Amino acid sequence: MPAIKVENLSKAYQLGQIGTGTISRDLERWYARMRGKEDPFLRIGESNDQYTKSESDVVWSLKDINFEIEQGDAVGIIGRNGAGKSTLLKILSKVTAPTTGRISGKGRIASLLEVGTGFHPELSGRENIFLNGAILGMRKKEIQRKLEEIVDFAGIERYLDTPVKRYSSGMYVRLAFAVAAHLESEILIVDEVLAVGDAEFQKKCLGKMGEVSKGEGRTVLFVSHNMGSIASLCNQCIFLQNGLVKDFGNAKDIINHYLASLKNTNKVYVNDQFSDLPIFTRVEVMTSEPGAIQLNGKDLKIEIDVYMPKNLTGMAVSIQIMNENELPIIFTYIFDTSQPILRDVGIHKLKCVLPKCKLYENNYYLKVHLAESKGKTKFQEIDNICAFQVQMPDDHIEWGWQKDVCIYTEKFEWEISSANN
Amino acid sequence: MDHKEEYHWTIEAKASLFDLKLNEVWAYRDLLVLLVRRDFVSFYKQTILGPLWFFIQPLFTTIIFTFIFGNLAGISTDGLPKPLFYMAGITAWNYFADCLTKTSTVFKDNAGIFGKVYFPRLIMPLSIVVSNLVRFGVQMLLFLLMMAYYYLSGAIFHMTSAIFLFPFIVILMALLGLGAGMIISAMTTKYRDLAFLVTFGVQLLMYATTVIYPLSEAFSKYPDYAWIIAYNPMTPIIETFRYGFLGEGSFSWGSLGYATAVTTALLLFGIVIFNKVERNFVDTV
Repeated sequence: MPAIKVENLSKAYQLGQIGTGTISRDLERWYARMRGKEDPFLRIGESNDQYTKSESDVVWSLKDINFEIEQGDAVGIIGRNGAGKSTLLKILSKVTAPTTGRISGKGRIASLLEVGTGFHPELSGRENIFLNGAILGMRKKEIQRKLEEIVDFAGIERYLDTPVKRYSSGMYVRLAFAVAAHLESEILIVDEVLAVGDAEFQKKCLGKMGEVSKGEGRTVLFVSHNMGSIASLCNQCIFLQNGLVKDFGNAKDIINHYLASLKNTNKVYVNDQFSDLPIFTRVEVMTSEPGAIQLNGKDLKIEIDVYMPKNLTGMAVSIQIMNENELPIIFTYIFDTSQPILRDVGIHKLKCVLPKCKLYENNYYLKVHLAESKGKTKFQEIDNICAFQVQMPDDHIEWGWQKDVCIYTEKFEWEISSANN
Repeated sequence: MDHKEEYHWTIEAKASLFDLKLNEVWAYRDLLVLLVRRDFVSFYKQTILGPLWFFIQPLFTTIIFTFIFGNLAGISTDGLPKPLFYMAGITAWNYFADCLTKTSTVFKDNAGIFGKVYFPRLIMPLSIVVSNLVRFGVQMLLFLLMMAYYYLSGAIFHMTSAIFLFPFIVILMALLGLGAGMIISAMTTKYRDLAFLVTFGVQLLMYATTVIYPLSEAFSKYPDYAWIIAYNPMTPIIETFRYGFLGEGSFSWGSLGYATAVTTALLLFGIVIFNKVERNFVDTV
């Protein structure tokens, strides 16, 4: 029997302004319900794709999700931003209720969606341990029993009676994680909160979570963008895409599937829908080699077409190059104020060259922004387009190019001298 | 095989309206205590006067009421020393009003924490009511000191056995404020309009309660409209309070029973709609 069973789970969110015009809508909803009809504003079938405009302003963050998690499994939840990961965790932690469907489970849940929820800056570390522990559902006796262990794990013994507002951010995170990790729960849910701490502490946390799942047989659910941590901690993985379970199974396979899905996006972005607002019509990355492969050290070119429906000044275009961990590596921009661009009606072509681009081998994609800087209007932001892969030049260095040793290379010179002189 | 019974919990889209989740609240009772402690400690941190601040507000209000309503307008105080009469009303009213206004913004004030972690949401309004009890206690002390002063200087008043109803009255005030506050808080998560009405409304409501005049005076001056005041559930509470401590006031078991009935009804309704809103408020706040 599974520890958590999720059946037909869906969650709808309303986009746009809430409050204005909602009374009439609520009345319409209520009227539809009275007649036994379906809610007119909740149309299932609308997909949660952030980059296309939808007719309804209700968006399905999760759509008809089904899965089962066995006790003792460490399950990674992966997917692009907005895939529904956080929504799923919120529903599991009972912070918000699902729109349809149900989840059944066994045992107490401890969830860490944010570091230090409920911490009061004026209270001491000790008082906050008790408060935070109680918020997470621990009884006072239980906290008392675990106090030493928590303090030890967080390494804040000397500061135990100091108000937490005087803590460094690292100590703060350590303390918060320590409290949640020591809760005697059967299920531990951790959102990407560890990113705040330093590398050593992240390792310690992952170690603790591993111990929790492997050693104590507790179930762990873990959201992260860092595939390395997911791979080292989790044996199972859920890959969410646009609110649907795209894949579920063995962690290594799912991670590869996810990474492959990132690569497979087209290297050209084309949009043939014009509107009365400025809009990108084409974005293309021109890599040095065919097949969307860029060699480290060669020029990287990005071509952008923008359609201007009217005369505007103060336009700005910016490009971010992101790596597969969704980490922005390069940011570049062009402003009308420094060099006239996009002032007239029609399609404009912009070309950006990064000479001798020194990105390290990895998978990358672009995020582009179109805005007007005077009125601070953001017209468009497109994420996850124009994927390309960087490879290192084929000169055989002694060890070969290791993965993830850096994200960027630079020219360097060594000076050699002998200490004997 | 049907294993449904073996699951410990289920999360569903719709929950029963009448599941008040009181057992869950009981399981989190330690949290209630810690929250009250937090409120108390954080209030004093970095203040010089500390708890003295609790004295200042009722004291000044009493002085001003004595001048304006007592002397300038000449409203009767049933033969009681004016400051004592007002202080009794203000102390009781303040507790109710604090419970009401603070509870009515509980979702807005705690949106951050409610959005990140689950615990029975009822704990929050409950902790507000209990925290305010501390403040009320300090103000009661001031009231008792004042009684002692007037007693020694020979003013005429006497305690009655209705004073034994005091704990009951305090609970009644707390629950009335809690119930009404929860209803407002549940209604303001989506439509904020009501929130503007609360501070203003509580002020107006005070004049429809026997804080600055005795009920008998209302009946003698406006016999046709005094029923509005009499049907205000706070009126019997304050009248009983005054009758118990000072020996003047319209006390009857009937009116107190009425106040209890209204309180129970508001409280139950409050919990039901609070629990209903709590499930999804994070999405709309």
